[in-house]
Amino acid sequence: MRTATQPPAPRRTIDIVNASLKRRYARERRFRFMGAAAVALGLLFVAILFADITLKGYTAFQQTYIEVPVYFDPATIDPAGSRDPQALAAADYLAVVKASMRRLFPDVTERSQLRELYALVSAGAPQQLQSMALRHPGVIGTTRDVWLIAAGDVDMLVKGHLDRALPEADRRIKDSSILLLDRLAADGRIEKRFNTGFFTNGTSREPELAGIAGALAGTFYTLVLTLLFSFPLGVGAALYLQEFAPKNRWTDLIEVNINNLAAVPSIVFGLLGLAVFINFFGVPRSTPLVGALVLGLMTLPVIIIASRAALQSVPPSIREAALGVGASPLQTQFHHVLPLAMPGIMTGAIIGMARALGESAPLLMIGMIAFIVDVPQGFTDSATVLPVQIYLWADSPERGFVERTSAAILVLLGFLVLMNLAAVLLRRRFERRW
Amino acid sequence: MSTLASEIVRDTSAVSAADLARGGRVSGTIGDITTPDPRMVCRGVNVWYGAKQAIKDVGLDIGKNQVVAMIGPSGCGKSTFLRCLNRMNDTIDGCRVQGSIQLDGQEIYDKRVDPVPLRAQVGMVFQKPNPFPKSIYENVAYGPRIHGLTNSKAELDALVETSLQKAGLWNEVKDRLDQPGTGLSGGQQQRLCIARTIAVSPEVILMDEPCSALDPIATAIIEELIDELREQYAIAIVTHSMQQAARVSQRTAYFHLGDLVEVGETNQIFTNPQHRLTEDYITGRFG
Repeated sequence: MRTATQPPAPRRTIDIVNASLKRRYARERRFRFMGAAAVALGLLFVAILFADITLKGYTAFQQTYIEVPVYFDPATIDPAGSRDPQALAAADYLAVVKASMRRLFPDVTERSQLRELYALVSAGAPQQLQSMALRHPGVIGTTRDVWLIAAGDVDMLVKGHLDRALPEADRRIKDSSILLLDRLAADGRIEKRFNTGFFTNGTSREPELAGIAGALAGTFYTLVLTLLFSFPLGVGAALYLQEFAPKNRWTDLIEVNINNLAAVPSIVFGLLGLAVFINFFGVPRSTPLVGALVLGLMTLPVIIIASRAALQSVPPSIREAALGVGASPLQTQFHHVLPLAMPGIMTGAIIGMARALGESAPLLMIGMIAFIVDVPQGFTDSATVLPVQIYLWADSPERGFVERTSAAILVLLGFLVLMNLAAVLLRRRFERRW
Repeated sequence: MSTLASEIVRDTSAVSAADLARGGRVSGTIGDITTPDPRMVCRGVNVWYGAKQAIKDVGLDIGKNQVVAMIGPSGCGKSTFLRCLNRMNDTIDGCRVQGSIQLDGQEIYDKRVDPVPLRAQVGMVFQKPNPFPKSIYENVAYGPRIHGLTNSKAELDALVETSLQKAGLWNEVKDRLDQPGTGLSGGQQQRLCIARTIAVSPEVILMDEPCSALDPIATAIIEELIDELREQYAIAIVTHSMQQAARVSQRTAYFHLGDLVEVGETNQIFTNPQHRLTEDYITGRFG
């Protein structure tokens, strides 16, 4: 039915606005939802990554030990009876271990069976006894219950990483060994304990003996030097470029190049380090010194860029105030501008250092990939760093290294989180002091 | 903005006709730019920012124990001129200054003159209070310390106290000298900045709209202070407030588009301006 057509009432602005309002709010809701979804997705992936690494790695913080009554046989350890530390250190503790194991299982006599029996404990077990005998010579001649480190495969079996259900041929551990282990377990002679060795040992071919102490020390020495090289240089360069240098084509060119350097792939810095520092200047390879030189070069542009931004954010009124009472430009910078820019500079430096901490590619080029068992004691000892250690372990075939790789990643991530947290806190704490 | 500019330009041309009838130049300054006992003598000062000329052939004396107020519409060059007087313009890229500016007979733009000691002699107070984000004590002590004006802690303490007293701030802050200067109110901050400036005992104090960020009460306090400071220092003040110029100054200079249009006794400028532009400005017809 048609109604009489009336002249359309003039539409008021409020009606037009109301008509479009729903659509506008819907658009806003969509945008908010997408933003929240993006953040949630990102968090989910981070959570998955952390959960995966943690699940794989947490078992590495425990280590299987086997309790063995060890008779510290004076005839083997100290036949001369002098208790001379040198003689004690040189004694054949492997024989002591073997004898103790035999005593634990008197029924095992066959040669191949004996070899399996000895293989239950780690190759590091004799060293355990050695250090005991050296520290407390009183144990010699007595029988002590000692918790010896279990071999890597035993450790894996106890932790459930090796499947008993597999046919023997596909397993790294024999049925007869499992039988022996089960007997030990029934006696309560098998136990998982906190793996202090993981934090105090250097790396090793044996997963149960491998630790991150060497890599941590190497990382520490490298990062200290990196900070020493790149921080003063970077802040100084930023200060000069930002506050003193004339603004002309040359400084523009320098700025472009600094920004370029920040984007150069890190492996290129490694090649540069190899060619310049090692081959030309003869800096010893594989050392924290040369690693720090390379990482310092790599961090430098990051620090320069962050420092310049921080200096730029200091209000010009502070500079005017200082100049106005007759401070020289250098005094103005060092007394007023730099302290105010410091939180920003520190934030940039920490982020740069965090990047250096996680870097492995350039270090491969300068020999920090070497297999180094000893914990480095200084800046010129051969060393490796945590990310390279992770790379090396990830490459090792033993099952035991899988969990250790993940555990080392956990430690590395822990340090990264700490550093980035420090950067955020620093920024929060000193934000807008003027 | 553009209409205003064109109006001003039209005004200028109108005035120039009147001016020419009187036999003066448009860019020439009406009134006496000299003063009997000058601290600073400026002649033929031109300033460029890049290609743009901000000040055209300005000459002005800044006398002892007197306040010179510089007034004029925004962008007229009064702040630029003020910043020439202690070479603060040096810090601006592309700023070029020509002409003669003398402090006690010494050419300050001479190549041999170091701007650092110059700024100790010609202090400056800025538009926005800009205390250092340090303690009140440190704010005042900073200048004397870098110049080595005192020999002992006691002397420095005394200097800080007298400076704060001169700035009329001592009674308000004497119990909290170690607290940050940025925690004071706007008016107190500005007085702290004045104390900081006079702590190095300058000969001339330049003030660039020192009250524009303050409320009327704080403004009144600062104006009173300026009047007291006049007894010891030569003061040049840039202000947007004509009432303020009338209240605190003995001489007034009116700037317009880079020209110094008219200079004279403050009374005369406000009661009997010679130039049409000056009259239009002080009667509030533009600006």
